Amino acid sequence: MYPFTYHRPDSVSAAAKLAGDAEAKVMAGGMTLLPTMKQRLASPGAIVDLNGVSGLSGVTVAGGKVTIGAMTRHADVHTSAELRKAIPALADLAGWIGDPMVRHRGTIGGSVANNDPAADYPAACMALGATIVTDRREIAAEDFFTGLFDTALEQGELITKIVFPVPQKAAYQKFRNPASRYAIVGVFVAQTSAGVRVAVTGAGESGVFRVKSFEDALSKDFSAKAIEAIKLPTDGLNSDIHADAVYRAHLINVMARRAVDAAK
Amino acid sequence: MSGTGIGARVQRKEDFRFLTGKGNYTDDVNRYGQTHAAFLRSPHAHAEILSIDAAAALAMPGVVAIFTGDDLAADKIGGLICGWMIHSKDGEPMKAGAHPALAQGKVRYVGDHVAVVIAETLSQARDALEKILVDYKVLPATVATSDALKPGAPVVHDVAPDNAVYRWALGNEAETEAAFAKAAHVTRMDIVNNRLIPNPMEPRAAVGDYDSGNDAFTLYTTSQNPHVARLVLSAFIGIAPEHKLRVIAPDVGGGFGSKIFIYAEETVCVWAAKKVGRPVKWTSDRTEAFLADAHGRDHVTHAELALDAAGKILGLRVHTTANLGAYLSTFSSSVPTYLYAPLLSGQYDIPAIYCEVDGVYTNTAPVDAYRGAGRPEATFVIERIVEVAARELGKDPAAFRRQNFVTSFPHQTPVIMCYDAGDYGAALDKALSMADYAGIGARKAESARKGMLRGIGLSAYIEACGIAPSAAVGSLGAGVGLWESAEVRVNPIGTVEILTGSHSHGQGHETTFAQLVSERLGISIDNVSIVHGDTDKVQMGMGTYGSRSGAVGMSAIVKALDKIEAKAKKVAGFVLEASADDIDFKDGKFTVRGTDKEIDFASVALQAYIAHKFNGQELEPGLKESAFWDPTNFTFPAGVHICEVEIDPATGVTRIERWTAVDDFGNVINPMIVEGQVHGGIAQGVGQALLEGAVYDATGQLVTASYMDYAMPRAGDLPSYQIGMTQTVCPSNPLGIKGCGEAGAIAAPPAVINAITDALGHEDIAMPATPLAVWRAIQKHQPRAAAE
Amino acid sequence: MATVSMSVNGKLVSRDIDPRTLLVDFLREHLRLTGTHVGCDTTQCGCCTVHVDGKAMKSCTLLAIGLEGAQITTIEGLAKGQELHPMQAAFREHHGLQCGFCTPGMIMAAVDMVNRKGNHLDDQTIREELEGNICRCTGYHNIVKAIHSGAEAMGAAK
Repeated sequence: MYPFTYHRPDSVSAAAKLAGDAEAKVMAGGMTLLPTMKQRLASPGAIVDLNGVSGLSGVTVAGGKVTIGAMTRHADVHTSAELRKAIPALADLAGWIGDPMVRHRGTIGGSVANNDPAADYPAACMALGATIVTDRREIAAEDFFTGLFDTALEQGELITKIVFPVPQKAAYQKFRNPASRYAIVGVFVAQTSAGVRVAVTGAGESGVFRVKSFEDALSKDFSAKAIEAIKLPTDGLNSDIHADAVYRAHLINVMARRAVDAAK
Repeated sequence: MSGTGIGARVQRKEDFRFLTGKGNYTDDVNRYGQTHAAFLRSPHAHAEILSIDAAAALAMPGVVAIFTGDDLAADKIGGLICGWMIHSKDGEPMKAGAHPALAQGKVRYVGDHVAVVIAETLSQARDALEKILVDYKVLPATVATSDALKPGAPVVHDVAPDNAVYRWALGNEAETEAAFAKAAHVTRMDIVNNRLIPNPMEPRAAVGDYDSGNDAFTLYTTSQNPHVARLVLSAFIGIAPEHKLRVIAPDVGGGFGSKIFIYAEETVCVWAAKKVGRPVKWTSDRTEAFLADAHGRDHVTHAELALDAAGKILGLRVHTTANLGAYLSTFSSSVPTYLYAPLLSGQYDIPAIYCEVDGVYTNTAPVDAYRGAGRPEATFVIERIVEVAARELGKDPAAFRRQNFVTSFPHQTPVIMCYDAGDYGAALDKALSMADYAGIGARKAESARKGMLRGIGLSAYIEACGIAPSAAVGSLGAGVGLWESAEVRVNPIGTVEILTGSHSHGQGHETTFAQLVSERLGISIDNVSIVHGDTDKVQMGMGTYGSRSGAVGMSAIVKALDKIEAKAKKVAGFVLEASADDIDFKDGKFTVRGTDKEIDFASVALQAYIAHKFNGQELEPGLKESAFWDPTNFTFPAGVHICEVEIDPATGVTRIERWTAVDDFGNVINPMIVEGQVHGGIAQGVGQALLEGAVYDATGQLVTASYMDYAMPRAGDLPSYQIGMTQTVCPSNPLGIKGCGEAGAIAAPPAVINAITDALGHEDIAMPATPLAVWRAIQKHQPRAAAE
Repeated sequence: MATVSMSVNGKLVSRDIDPRTLLVDFLREHLRLTGTHVGCDTTQCGCCTVHVDGKAMKSCTLLAIGLEGAQITTIEGLAKGQELHPMQAAFREHHGLQCGFCTPGMIMAAVDMVNRKGNHLDDQTIREELEGNICRCTGYHNIVKAIHSGAEAMGAAK
């Protein structure tokens, strides 16, 4: 690790101020940032640790919406009884992230802000039509994830919470990389009153994306059969030693069908 | 059998310290005034070093020194060696390229050692590394095994202009040709044995220390064989004479072969300790371990099996290209030759075998012994080809194997080995029964109903362990003898210390060796301690690998215990006023035959030391004996493993549904520990078959350089195992032990692949059979059936 | 340098540290609690698992400076003198360790697993929950048995 100045603010405003420095990097759980820094692949001049900021954690369900504080740990999302009643798919998804130790520390806000192309939460945000709430505005998921490790966040802008509309039915299916256990393909399918949304993580060269052809077919007929014959193009899909684009395109279909079958 | 004697499931004596965090691993060792080393590694697979400018780095805070290959050369520090001479078919000795601990003029793989920074803290050493300026002239690289011998391939070492280390052969070519000439059927296969990265959970580490008052060095290091490390560092590398160099291998967190070898890092740490006048510590991080620990396997093979009309095997012909990497590691040359081809007969009576092996250089990490070392590669060849032959002939694979089994012993194979004892049919029967082989048809049908593919695969493996008779391996080119030593020190109060040249890094010697002593001397295992891993304490030793600690290491202890008993009888004779010839020793008591006179072991020990009852000129006081055991033969553990898999054709995911292992290890000291060795071996073999594979890209960059890309078997990837044993006693050592450490890793890969190919209905799949590979194999051969 | 204070195995400790100091280095280098190990660089192997405020975490991926006031339990804090914690005892009884290097992390993860999932664990749950702990020696068979048995024993000891 390179040297850095450590800050532990106790309020969102103080944190935002410190994070406004172009050299600074915000740390929530640190589950991605710290390994990156350990391998000297990142060298922030300052770390703004959000773990001293209160009021950013917790899951609440009201008015057909689930609100999850940015600093809520994956384990707490996974085990939230309220969430499991409202959007079981989202609670399940949190249980697929990393491992039990990582889930104790990693946060939903950190994961969403990092927008790793193989992370799980971005798929849920996109499929459920979530709103990312920051210290200064509200951003629709559609506008938030702008590319590989890239988001609409400005320097110093902090996610405070994420609001998920409760769908009629949803499910997440993840096909894990045998080594890293990140998603090779993760498909989140949500059936809402406005139609079906399908978001895919792990597969796209530019991160999470929606699958219009699946959505159209499933909006008409919410069954695995409805999408079985739809072949996805391989353009824009990742290829690596674990999965080439052809295999990923195939897996998106398989995982989407399994998600449809599992949706509740 | 006593409660803690031979054959008892005794809980391990060493566990308390490991369970409570009180183990003492090399990275736990800190010496006063210690500095930290970090190695600058080559980012290129092949390059000339035009210049190294360390001036800016030297000026960084905390930097104590920076050394390069020139500094080692100036001190006349020799290069790393390969200790097994292999001769090519034409009689030429192998072409060993120079292997300096820090590069001299050229780097030959990504991760090769360019320079070392020694600093006050590890962070400072790493900060300074980035400031060293190296001007490289990047050269084209030879990366793939199958490319190394192609005309025009970039040359790794000038001494081997065609990249061939050797072109070696074993067996009888003419007899094998004749066997093929009369064959009714020939099965042919191309086989790749994938490159693996050993990954013991404890990364390598070294602390070098120099005592200027005595001009003596101490090296703490993660070694499976500290005496061999000392020998090499002393006699070949030239750090210091052996009596001025102490090597300590404290608790070692797994080795699997990778900690046998003498590497650049420990060489540099111990040498640099004198240069900087302070202790020098280095601990590998995992990325360095991926890059620079010796890798394993990496064979490309063509094999042919000749059969008569009845399905009897007539001959086997094998050609293998073995990738040895960029330099010859310590024992690398022997692995694809004498640890490989002599096992190609498997459990079968094969009249004629001929095997050619081309060892090749490439611009990749050195390849050396990894759990099984040569024997898994041989077993994969023979167990795949007999499976495929059976399928081609329409025979049941189990029946086909049985038809060709060796059934009488001793059995001389055409490839050196003389199998001394075994009952291969018994293991097969037991395994088939435990695995419910007869019921596989119903289970396949059940899977098919769910849209899944089920398959079953056998592996009837044999290995040569108990390495090894010194004269025999010497005649084959080994630079060392492969005996083992033991010293039994009985203290005056009757407690016992066993000093052994074996080294435990997970095998539980502190328990099993104590069980042997407890059984022999009739004392509690709590009164026995095992001393190992320190060249100042233990006389000499060859270390632990090749499933040799039981068969060879314990045999040395038995021999020393025989001497202890003989001497103790003399002492008892004086005390009990009887002739030593009339003394019996049983259950810890010496008795005079035909009388009620007796004395216990502890009392005899005391008498031996106080020496009041005998004349010190007639009988030496004390009770301490040592012995060296040199085996008379290899040992031949064998068995049958059966793997049953279910494949999801929609994703290519393979799940192991059942694993049955029936092994014949001869006599067993502690079944609990032996079963644990089998479990771990299977997991590594399944890892090779399903998950693990080192991947270099075309330029020689290691793609799988962390756990993000190299898939380690996790608990969820593996099943629980059904373990069974059969037993034929090994005739070549006093305990009848065959050895168990490598069996699982040797047996498992062909069992998995035979099961997968059974499920797929064709043979076109390579290891690791990842979901991607299996899915592609399904697409290629039956694209319609695979659609979900 | 900055000062951090936390409770480690019930003992309050306070040290001046470089902010870069990871919890695992704080434990190993500053407190000489070397039972917590480092087996990888990528937060995957689990050899460094400790409990932070009662929850298992990977100490290689936590800044010590951020743990002001935290309660840390390491492998050294489990046994009462010579008396092993039931999970430690189960690992010994079932031969759930060989080289011992992953063992501290395995045991800390196992105790946490029981804290979260209860005393009656089936094999599949145990295997899934061991996602973040890699062992190269045992093939996991005996670790799974040990955790099953240790979980029951922890229940009985309550």
